[in-house]
Amino acid sequence: MNSLIALIPALPLIGFLVLSLAGRHLPKKASAWIGAGMVSAAAIITIILGLQFLQAPPAGDAYTQLLWQWIRTETFSCSISFRLDALSLVFVFVITFVGALIHIYSTAFMQHDRDYARFFASMNLFVFSMLVLVLADNLLLMYLGWEGVGLCSYLLIGFWYETPANTRAANKAFYITRIGDTAMAIGLFLLFKELGTLNIPEILNGAPGHFTAGSTNITIIALLLLAGGMGKSAQLPFQTWLPDAMAGPSPVSALIHAATMVTAGVYLVARMHTVFELSPVAMSVTAIVGAITLLVAGCSAMAQTDIKRILAYSTISQIGYMFLALGVGAWSAGIFHFFTHAFFKALLFLAAGAIIESLHHEHNIFKMGGLKDKMPVIFWTFLAGSAALAALPFISAGFFSKDQILWYAWSAGNGNPVLWFVALLGAFITAFYTTRLMLVVFWGDMKTHISHFPGKRMTVPLVILAIFSVAAGFIEWPHNIVHLSLFSDLAQKVLPSTTLREGVPDEIIFQFVAVVVTLAGVFMGYTLYYKNKPILEQWKTSPANRALYNFFYKGWYFDQLYDFIFVKPFVYLTRVNKSDFFDGLYKGIALGSRRINEFFSVSQNGSLRWYVAGVLFGILFIFTLQLLL
Amino acid sequence: MILAIMIGILLAGGLLCWAATRWNIAVAKWIALLAVLLDLVIAINLWLQHSAASLTGSNVWFINYQANWIPSFGISFHLALDGLSLVLLLLTFFLGALGVLCSWNEIKERTGFYYFNLLWTLAGITGVFVALDLFLFYFFWEVMLVPMFFLIGIWGDTNRRYAAYKFFIFTQAGGLLMLISILALYFINGAQTGTYSYDYFSLLNTKLEPATATLIMSGFLIAFVIKLPMIPFHSWLPDAHSEAPTAGSLILAGLLLKTGAYGIIRFVLPLFPEASAAISWWALLFGVIGIVYGAMLAFAQTDIKRLIAYTSVSHMGFVLVGIFAFREMAMQGVVMQMVTHGISTGALFVLAGMLKERLHTRDIGRMGGLWTSMPAMGGVALLFTMASLGLPLLGSFIAEFLILMGTFPVNPPLTIIATLGLVFSALYSLRLMQKVFLGPVTTEIPMKDLSVREIIVMGAFTVTIVLLGIYPQPVIDMAATVINNLVVRR
Repeated sequence: MNSLIALIPALPLIGFLVLSLAGRHLPKKASAWIGAGMVSAAAIITIILGLQFLQAPPAGDAYTQLLWQWIRTETFSCSISFRLDALSLVFVFVITFVGALIHIYSTAFMQHDRDYARFFASMNLFVFSMLVLVLADNLLLMYLGWEGVGLCSYLLIGFWYETPANTRAANKAFYITRIGDTAMAIGLFLLFKELGTLNIPEILNGAPGHFTAGSTNITIIALLLLAGGMGKSAQLPFQTWLPDAMAGPSPVSALIHAATMVTAGVYLVARMHTVFELSPVAMSVTAIVGAITLLVAGCSAMAQTDIKRILAYSTISQIGYMFLALGVGAWSAGIFHFFTHAFFKALLFLAAGAIIESLHHEHNIFKMGGLKDKMPVIFWTFLAGSAALAALPFISAGFFSKDQILWYAWSAGNGNPVLWFVALLGAFITAFYTTRLMLVVFWGDMKTHISHFPGKRMTVPLVILAIFSVAAGFIEWPHNIVHLSLFSDLAQKVLPSTTLREGVPDEIIFQFVAVVVTLAGVFMGYTLYYKNKPILEQWKTSPANRALYNFFYKGWYFDQLYDFIFVKPFVYLTRVNKSDFFDGLYKGIALGSRRINEFFSVSQNGSLRWYVAGVLFGILFIFTLQLLL
Repeated sequence: MILAIMIGILLAGGLLCWAATRWNIAVAKWIALLAVLLDLVIAINLWLQHSAASLTGSNVWFINYQANWIPSFGISFHLALDGLSLVLLLLTFFLGALGVLCSWNEIKERTGFYYFNLLWTLAGITGVFVALDLFLFYFFWEVMLVPMFFLIGIWGDTNRRYAAYKFFIFTQAGGLLMLISILALYFINGAQTGTYSYDYFSLLNTKLEPATATLIMSGFLIAFVIKLPMIPFHSWLPDAHSEAPTAGSLILAGLLLKTGAYGIIRFVLPLFPEASAAISWWALLFGVIGIVYGAMLAFAQTDIKRLIAYTSVSHMGFVLVGIFAFREMAMQGVVMQMVTHGISTGALFVLAGMLKERLHTRDIGRMGGLWTSMPAMGGVALLFTMASLGLPLLGSFIAEFLILMGTFPVNPPLTIIATLGLVFSALYSLRLMQKVFLGPVTTEIPMKDLSVREIIVMGAFTVTIVLLGIYPQPVIDMAATVINNLVVRR
């Protein structure tokens, strides 16, 4: 029992309520203080709680707090209660801490926006929902947060709602994630049918006794939950909404579509790890989905020209790494990559936002350039983030987390050389497109005039995030180099430790290969986009290469495919039946009666001859009948 | 006795309204509002007096009042109240009061007669929810029908007469079938026991051959599923809802549809336990078809009120599914769904009415970007479109979740299709939001955001739907004994 836990989500909720009810009457300054203040306060409480947790781990390794009984029927009961254990602590820390920095950055970034209060209201609601998602002690409450973050994502992608493309992107994000959510809901029904509870600890304790490993039911449950996670985390085949989601303001992309919400799927899989461990099939699917996604999205990132779309595809790709890690059974490595990724990807998005703002809302990297000396703070922080994304050895947090994943992709219980190779290829691609991004934006000639420079409220968060992007990795070193594993010690209070396969080559070889491949990727980027540009132009002249480039640029034509097999038929079907087939039936009956009525009205025409004829015909008819019968 | 008084207040209030217009139109409005509010206060008071725990054993009735009416035919004035009725009465007066409030400026012609019809419809609905004599039940069934016919036919939109007739014919056709069934039950039971009575409790003991039971049940069932409505008997609904005045749509969607669900729970299941169990698979199927079909039609509509009307078809599909799952959890979901659908869809209709007052159109093609001039209305609209797509934190989610989770063990494949309804509901809900409030600003005229009266109305809707989402327990507890008896009897 710890009564501080509820305060963490409650503060942003209060912020949301105040801003949404009274926001339009508040001065911008007040909105900023409330919006950023509530999240910062939540971050401070989290840090206090976290230190308490680390110094003196509570009984059962979790703080819990019951607020009230939510639903109780004869056969089902469920409460609003929170549970803070090591896994949720990591997530809560990232959500509130990175969230607070992004909120502070936003107070300046959104300064001139008409709907200042609405922005912070939605952001606070998001932080609240995301905290509920990771703190929930039962799956129904988690589902509440799950849908809540979907709503906020929708609201913030479509924040500038007067542009139709933005609301379309918002709708698309909601629709696609809703498909995943629905699969997850069905998973919950099945889970409840089998175990009679949705309480997470009860499920984790009860599942191994109830299901035999590898049985059909547990596999279906795990796959349905995974589908929910894939929807939210933009994994193949649900990835198409995330690049479009960049229509939202940059802080939104940083918070929701990079650091926190899109990793909800990672959290779900890690949270339900016992369920997944019972199903080898589901584990393999998780790993394979992650591997394919990281490759597909990485390829697309190489071809983009919009700075935010590059980062969006790279996010999809990095989350692919996390899924891969979870799937091979490297639980804590997956969560560690989430942890480092949150810092450097939030940093990259915020820095990109600052660049876009300064260059008259220019998104195309080929119209930027030469910013290295003009915007030094942005340059150095962006460099720190890029280094982490490309996983440059030892000087970046990304190296420590990604190196683990690469190693486990081969060596962990469910790992194999193919997964390792795909992950390695992904690392090469990542290093390449990151270098490309860096060189094109910051070196070369200046192509757009800088209108203004970001202020302190924007640069300070960037610097803090940059420090974390470099240093956050130092808490967990490869075993064979330095014996320091603070992160996995913490994560393994909840998650199982990773089992290694027999007969795997020495870890140092893998590290060496990874470093070489990363540097090769950097070198290729350097060659093609700085040193020897004509090679690329040459390459693009061939039609086949051009087609390949377009194929990657358009995101492997997934949008067109879905449009063709889902959207068009559905819209056609609904349009054809707009006036309701059944209503037509009734209208037909009504019309029929009216026609009969008209037919008989004709006979009542006042002409004596007709009546006599009618009478005679009737008599004749009756006689005939009598004769016949 | 208190039940009869509640109905009496509405009937008398209606007559007073009609009479009062001779002197002053404003007085009529106030009389109508006061009458409904008085009933609301009584209902709240009843709620506070009777917690579900106060009942003992299998007795589910808080109040059971019986007086002679036409004793020679075995007809009595039998009213009774249990948890289910009480929940629905509260909903009736709550929506009734808001209905009066949202008619405040909309109705300018024959105001007194309008409020007379409004209150008499409410009286009929109240009667339906508490009558336990089948003859009396049929009587109230008609009382709620005729004034509603006038509400649509007189104060409706351009195509009002067509809609009113269609509504009347559909409901009346069902009503007559139900009358035949009531009579059949009356005579069979009379022949078996020797005492002819329309009383619910005596008819409960009627022994029926399976074939007869199915036949008699279909009379009841058809009447109720037309009201619900179930595909393919739904086609009166879009016309009636879209043509009716705002309060008419509110009461149609919020209350009249619920009488169908109530009828099935109160009469069909207890009177014909075996026969209803036998058709349960078909009922589930039609419920599921309704969910998907209604949602697809809603997606295609361009008339905002028709769109909302079709979402009702979809949502009431959940009710049918939940009832015929015969599971405690699903049935709790059904009661919840009746309440939350009344509130959320009612609120959407009221919003559509406010839009029509301002823009003089129901065509969503001619709306767009309204958030800019009306952020408060936009925010409320967002909340209720979210309620209609079943967002957690709001009451509708609890309802649909309980129904689906309760039904799942009974029939997984159909439940999965029903769950896909959640995706479809997102499609039409967001489309509504996008077409009306988002996108580029289309209208030149500056719109006035919510007035104080409108804020009160929408505030009441908002507070209830949120409260039901985070603390639904009072409703669940209130309905619990009724549902347990119903499910245990099987």
